[in-house]
Amino acid sequence: MSTPKEKPLYISIKTDLPYAYSAGRPLSKFLVALRDEAKILASRCNNCSYVLVPPRTFCNQCHKPTPDVIEVGPGGTLETFSVINFPFIDPFTGLERPVPYGYGIVKLDGCSNFLPHFLDINDHRKLEIGQRVEATFEPTEKRTAAMTDIKYFRVLI
Amino acid sequence: MHRVAIVGIAQTKFEAQKIDQNYAELAYEVTQSLFNQLGIGYEAVENVVTASSDFWDGRTISSMAVQDAVGVWLKSETKVSSDGSLAVLYGMMRILSGSFGTTLVLAHCKSSEGQPTMLGNAVFDPIYQRQLGFDLVAAGALQARAYLEKYNLTELDLAEVIVKNLGNATLNPNAQRSMSITIEDALKANLVADPLREFDIAPNSDGACAILLAREDLVSKFTDKPVWLSGVGHYQDNYYLGDRDLTTSRSLEKAAAKAYSMAGISNPRKELNVVELYDTFSYQELIWTELLGLAERGKGVDLIRNGVTKLGGELPVNPSGGVLGAHAMFVAGLVRVAEAAKQLRGEAGAYQVDGARKALAHGTVGPCGQTHCVWILSNNK
Repeated sequence: MSTPKEKPLYISIKTDLPYAYSAGRPLSKFLVALRDEAKILASRCNNCSYVLVPPRTFCNQCHKPTPDVIEVGPGGTLETFSVINFPFIDPFTGLERPVPYGYGIVKLDGCSNFLPHFLDINDHRKLEIGQRVEATFEPTEKRTAAMTDIKYFRVLI
Repeated sequence: MHRVAIVGIAQTKFEAQKIDQNYAELAYEVTQSLFNQLGIGYEAVENVVTASSDFWDGRTISSMAVQDAVGVWLKSETKVSSDGSLAVLYGMMRILSGSFGTTLVLAHCKSSEGQPTMLGNAVFDPIYQRQLGFDLVAAGALQARAYLEKYNLTELDLAEVIVKNLGNATLNPNAQRSMSITIEDALKANLVADPLREFDIAPNSDGACAILLAREDLVSKFTDKPVWLSGVGHYQDNYYLGDRDLTTSRSLEKAAAKAYSMAGISNPRKELNVVELYDTFSYQELIWTELLGLAERGKGVDLIRNGVTKLGGELPVNPSGGVLGAHAMFVAGLVRVAEAAKQLRGEAGAYQVDGARKALAHGTVGPCGQTHCVWILSNNK
């Protein structure tokens, strides 16, 4: 056993290491469309027709540049879901997100890939794979060009 | 053993802030540029080695975000969390292992997205040295002072390096800091960390670089101007600042000796035609050239004063402007390899060294040159 004087120390560091991430052009377009028009944009490949949300500079199927964006959603189909019960610190605000919250992966109408986002869990008994869902946007004054401008996806009865 | 050659080279322009691209988009730009030059698609690349840092990218296992950009889905990408010159070594080894015929080596960095001083501080031991505020510039200032004192040199000697290299950078369209300055300008610049002034210190840059390596039997599919990897040495020294003699670098001496012996070079000063060094600070060009056996200890500056290392001299050093012209962390060593290869291909434009046949490219990482990688490139197999 170590005596108190011999006890190894733990040294805590509280480092604030800030970053400013460039969104890049396609993702900037996507965020601005969420904020200003409550629309979801995706890139459509002119070479292989694959549609990716959020929009990209290049196609992840054939590696060609994808300069064109199209509108997709807001409806889609639930591919998988969970109800999250552990607390999570929002890195944008530093605040803890209230639990529980719904989390799902949605295949938006018109998209080739999937969009992970929050789910409305007011009636979580209706959540099931294959369920039709639709994006609910925050009101205009609360939208900030962020992923959270989509409040959640809600189940369509 | 098979031989490996560089068969394609691409880099972005280096700038203080590339706000319109994230780092994956930078990687895509440079990959597309390489593929377009070679007339190939991503299918031609068998595996990829990247160089970058999670801390600088602000992401865990940050290379996962560039894998799509370099077209390596359903193939193998692996990362060197260190300088790009070491990614070339890893890429070559992957070919020599017999597992792959081609390796794309790519490095990226966006210095503008993080806080370079804090990220440099995070290089150090969190308990023993980080709290003291060390960063790479502060460490460089300590090394500069120790070197100047030992060999009776002054700030004037450092200014000679700046004037040569920033002058060369004016000829390099990819350089970030491109300015014709005089000795007086260099000596009057803002004193950042005595004895280092503004232009003694490399700028922080955003940019990317990529090269394609190929096994000898595949080389002719890509180019008729291969640049052969003829020799390499990679060594590191003790980690803690305080455990090394900063006026010298044992790891660089060993790396140079290994690379020269592998490439069959006995008199580097006579046999090399061009040198590209990773000089994060002006004084480092002097120390590095001395330890590479190009000048006696303390006499590196004479190479500049006598015109040996200027563009058009007997042995140009940093004709591209070197790292004082642009410094994207982890990319800069790969850029040295790329610039040396460009010289051997006769593609260096306004800063071409006539008739270059054998080149040295150098990469380093860690405070005051803890780790070094020395490459000898040749346009003859």
